[in-house]
Amino acid sequence: MNSVWHLLFDVAVMLILFLGIWRFRAPQTARSGSFLALLALSCAVGVVLVGNPIREPATVVLALLAGGAAGWVVAARINMIQIPAMVAFQNGAGGFASFLIAFVELTHQRSELVPIGQLSGVLGMVIGAATFSGSMVASAKLASVMRQTPVILPHHGWIVVSLLVVICGLGVLAVLVAGPALLYASLALMALSLILGLVFALWIGGADMPVLISFLNATTGLAASFCGVVVENRLLIACGATVAASGFILTHAMCQAMNRNLFQLLAAADWKPAASGSQTSQTLPAPHSSAAAEPQDSEGLSPLARAVEAVRRAKKVIIIPGYGMALAHAQFEVVQLAERLNEMGKEVKFAIHPIAGRMPGHMHVLLAEAEVDPDILFDLREINAEFPETDVALIVGACDVVNPAATSVQGTPISGMPILAAQDAKQVVVCNMDDKPGYSGVANPLYADPKTILVLGDAKTTFGQLLRLAPTKKASLPNGGDAF
Amino acid sequence: MADLLLMASVLAVSSVVGYVLISRVPPRLHTPLMSMTNAVSAVTILGALLLFALDTTVCQKALGASAIAFAAFNLVGGFTITDRMLKMFHRHHE
Repeated sequence: MNSVWHLLFDVAVMLILFLGIWRFRAPQTARSGSFLALLALSCAVGVVLVGNPIREPATVVLALLAGGAAGWVVAARINMIQIPAMVAFQNGAGGFASFLIAFVELTHQRSELVPIGQLSGVLGMVIGAATFSGSMVASAKLASVMRQTPVILPHHGWIVVSLLVVICGLGVLAVLVAGPALLYASLALMALSLILGLVFALWIGGADMPVLISFLNATTGLAASFCGVVVENRLLIACGATVAASGFILTHAMCQAMNRNLFQLLAAADWKPAASGSQTSQTLPAPHSSAAAEPQDSEGLSPLARAVEAVRRAKKVIIIPGYGMALAHAQFEVVQLAERLNEMGKEVKFAIHPIAGRMPGHMHVLLAEAEVDPDILFDLREINAEFPETDVALIVGACDVVNPAATSVQGTPISGMPILAAQDAKQVVVCNMDDKPGYSGVANPLYADPKTILVLGDAKTTFGQLLRLAPTKKASLPNGGDAF
Repeated sequence: MADLLLMASVLAVSSVVGYVLISRVPPRLHTPLMSMTNAVSAVTILGALLLFALDTTVCQKALGASAIAFAAFNLVGGFTITDRMLKMFHRHHE
């Protein structure tokens, strides 16, 4: 194929890919967008297969089939709460492929590589290897194989900095040398990068996972792009750069949602959950006084019965789902309740915090699984002004994203994070597993507020009971109240 | 040198166009978007295939084959899961 045609073909493939992304503007067209992206990739693979003599077609086909079949089986079986773990694992798979390619290219006949090619090879290998090990840790944390809390080693910051310095030094060396020295330098670089990814991902956990996973998404793209420079394939560079751009946009969006900058977060500069947690719980009023100590109010009603009564009287209800809802698999009951309240003539809306979930947009997927009406989902900016005129803010499995301490107390891990203003609602119903602080370790003063009804326990059970009680006529309430 | 310039401009143009397009994706589609771009990053499979056009040792072939397998996992898995999610988003509009 001559070079002009080749260039035109590459441009066409990229246009198809861009068109695919363009169609991601709306849920109705996104599915065709995904098909277009798949088409673009298939074309790219096709032209490489046609244009280059493949020496061992049997091996190639076998590897393709094995990887593809495994990918299909896993993707067809996992449920929506496991998506972040799956995406993290895929980031790792992408990084792994990139660093293998860069390694083989580097150690194979280096005389053919121009210095830029060699530099890109080193970069691709380092970024790919770090992405791989980082993603595996992230995936293990998200799949709850590992504890989700950050693991901070002694002198963690210094370990990362010295690793980075040594990698830079060795990288420069690897670009300058040739032959066996290059092989050894590459192997050492690979090992150090794997450790870097590991150490780096270990200290990020819980609510910071969306940032980590977006960042790894970006680095996978970068590694692919550098691989493209080494093998001199324009499509590889272009697709990799697009993925990197997407990953960095999402990383930025997540950082903004938590009011932190990327450097701060990745350097774990202000991250001491245990310490700040205990500090704040000393300065704030004890959170469990009202609910845990005296679960029955003066009328002898259980918190659940009071919650039912509050929801029954409300004209406008805003539901605030958090990751706890997903952990309890309660999204189906929550969406059903929203529909039923809507049928009863109440105004029901969902308020979605950008970090309510374990990756960007995760909560929307979880609610979509329960077939929620997408028109009643609102994000923080759209809905925060509506809380003062809301009768009940119904919180399910969320803590940090509604914690007023984020605005009122300085020096906590969530200080300055924009929150959903549930405290402005006339009444607040909290359906959480327990009244412990959220992931950040900062006690939530909302729990102690007199207008808050704390219904502790499994959200799936709680909402099942709410569903049974909500539509009944007022007369039947005492029965319902007695039952609990 | 011309090649290098071309590659650099490909990198720059794709980053900018990608940035502009992806900024318009609404937050509710961020998970499918990430899953889709993840599948797109399986484009490294091109690099792995190109390795098989070179003269390589058995060891390098083995590494190349695992790169192909992992990239294929990423490609098929990524698009399958993206489609599953988007079908759910679609359902309510039908």
